[in-house]
Amino acid sequence: MIIDTTEVQTINSFSISESLKEVYGLIWIFVPILTLILGITIGVLVIVWLEREISAAIQQRIGPEYAGPLGILQALADGTKLLFKEDLLPSRGDVRLFSIGPSIVVISILLSYLVIPFGYRLILADLSIGVFLWVAISSIAPIGLLMSGYGSNNKYSFSGGLRAAAQSISYEIPLTLCVLSISLLSNSSSTVDIVEAQSKYGFWGWNLWRQPIGFIVFIISSLAECERLPFDLPEAEEELVAGYQTEYSGIRFGLFYLASYLNLLASSLFVTVLYLGGWNLSIPYISIPELFGIKKIAGVFGMTIGIFITLVKAYLFLFISITTRWTLPRMRMDQLLNLGWKFLLPISLGNLLLTTSSQLVSL
Amino acid sequence: MTVPATKKDFMIVNMGPHHPSMHGVLRLIVTLDGEDVIDCEPILGYLHRGMEKIAENRTIIQYLPYVTRWDYLATMFTEAITVNAPEQLENVQVPKRASYIRVIMLELSRIASHLLWLGPFMADIGAQTPFFYIFRERELIYDLFEAATGMRMMHNYFRIGGVAADLPYGWIDKCLDFCDYFLTGIVEYQKLITRNPIFLERVEGVGIIGVEEAINWGLSGPMLRASGTQWDLRKIDNYECYNEFDWEVQWQKEGDSLARYLVRIGEMRESIKIIQQALEGIPGGPYENLEVRRFDRAKNSEWNDFEYRFIKEKEENRGSVEFQVLSFTNKIRRLTSHLELHKRDFLSQRGLQKILRKRQRLLAYLSKKNRARYKKLIDQLDIREPKNR
Repeated sequence: MIIDTTEVQTINSFSISESLKEVYGLIWIFVPILTLILGITIGVLVIVWLEREISAAIQQRIGPEYAGPLGILQALADGTKLLFKEDLLPSRGDVRLFSIGPSIVVISILLSYLVIPFGYRLILADLSIGVFLWVAISSIAPIGLLMSGYGSNNKYSFSGGLRAAAQSISYEIPLTLCVLSISLLSNSSSTVDIVEAQSKYGFWGWNLWRQPIGFIVFIISSLAECERLPFDLPEAEEELVAGYQTEYSGIRFGLFYLASYLNLLASSLFVTVLYLGGWNLSIPYISIPELFGIKKIAGVFGMTIGIFITLVKAYLFLFISITTRWTLPRMRMDQLLNLGWKFLLPISLGNLLLTTSSQLVSL
Repeated sequence: MTVPATKKDFMIVNMGPHHPSMHGVLRLIVTLDGEDVIDCEPILGYLHRGMEKIAENRTIIQYLPYVTRWDYLATMFTEAITVNAPEQLENVQVPKRASYIRVIMLELSRIASHLLWLGPFMADIGAQTPFFYIFRERELIYDLFEAATGMRMMHNYFRIGGVAADLPYGWIDKCLDFCDYFLTGIVEYQKLITRNPIFLERVEGVGIIGVEEAINWGLSGPMLRASGTQWDLRKIDNYECYNEFDWEVQWQKEGDSLARYLVRIGEMRESIKIIQQALEGIPGGPYENLEVRRFDRAKNSEWNDFEYRFIKEKEENRGSVEFQVLSFTNKIRRLTSHLELHKRDFLSQRGLQKILRKRQRLLAYLSKKNRARYKKLIDQLDIREPKNR
């Protein structure tokens, strides 16, 4: 007697427990997404606090100290204040462009968190195009900046938006070429594979040592993409008031603020994934199970260690970028574009050439 | 060929009097071609406070608090020029100690002014941290000023003939400590700023003013010295006692922003040298020439001699009428000579009249009590008898 399984399954799907299982399956998709969003929101709050504390230390003053212990809740307080402000719209600006601009910027940056791994299986979407998703989607952000600048009906904002778009576009190409060199080294664009390829020799297996020029070019380009000093001409306070953000108030401004720090966090995480070895504890020849006497790496303990290591490495880049912001002066627009097109682009091309030829030779 | 649909126009942007660039109230109407600035028209006058009109109704002593507020960064210089003018016109001798104190205060003001130039200069370029560092040093200068003059910024310190008050005890040591500390501060600025490639790219070869242009525009100070002219008023017009110190004029040849930056940093160093030499060589003596020559000669002019000493009685019987009348007479004489010079000091005149009435009451009592002592007293002190007695 042959039991026709498809018919059995169809009959079974009408029972209540099966539909519950489907619903359960649907909900289970949202849990990692929401966890990640919660995680990065808390991450942004932490970065804001870090920036204020580090900048205060550099400038010989104390950072926030009244909102919560050590001023941890200051970012939350600022966000809540922005929520309660009046929603101003420029009277003769283009209201639709004005409203959608910040949203596009935030959405494009949030989408790039899909491919960041925090552990071997702690990634939202292990796509085979991995890193290029980040590069491609973050290119949508300049469109949002242009929309904000144009829709504000303000010459300062317009100049700021144009500058921001020009800067983003110029620095994407060296960024992409560096990422391309890394993919060549790891034979894949998937972020998990890139980290795995750096895990063999611990500390000495980092891509940092195999691509030193690429590392430096990548850091400069990602600082320029995040529009932080020394490349923050689009929002140069002394020259353009606040650039494309001038006419924004309340939560729309909060979205720009959020987008800036989300971008910074994404860049630091990508620096760790691409160059600093991701979630691997990189002390060579020591593996965690032997250190702690645990048989298997899998399980909650291993995952926590992975997340923790990723965050610590990301913090290194964060610290460097925050200190750079408060130490160096700003570059002029034409010098900035010169740096991107005439200096970084040839260097990253040369880097790519070197990588390719070394791959060919070693084959 | 189709005509292009867009016209290429220049964009005119107004950088209004209020803007976050820390230049104070300056309005610029800038004509832009894309990113290049083609034309820039400054509109001045937002800081006009009617100082000239106010000066029409004040005497020099009354006007001195206003002059400090002309240039609120380098506050003592304006007082120095307001006070030097009458001194030179009337050939008033300023005591040596007062001259040294003035030089120290002027050089401290110069350092404070250059510090407050450096902060916004770096902030305009984009580095916001030096702004905090300069205020750290400027607060130390404020503390020194407050100890000597009573006010942190708008000190009303210079007087015709000297300074208002002497330096407090221990001020000189504190000032020497400040000089030592500040030299390390300048080294810090050199390390952070002067060799920074991004800074040099922003500043070198930018804003060049040639020698001819600088003189034609009437520039003076560091702007002129950075364009190749070795013109420092302290060396050319020997005022105060600058010629007793050993210091160099800072100047550069190029005339770009970097040259102006280097001139000001060098001037801060030279100011510290001058202050250290002045502190070590400061003489004792009076700090104000109280008996300034008056503009018209009246009677009893020997009161206004430089060496005049007031009558001093032995302090045996301090409560006696004679002694009280004597001390009142001393005060009256001092006040009268002061009021000959400062005719608009109405409050002091009121005080003088009060003292006169007190003296008159005492003399009236004594004349009724003991005529002989009364006669002796008014002869000795040369007081006029009131007519109706």
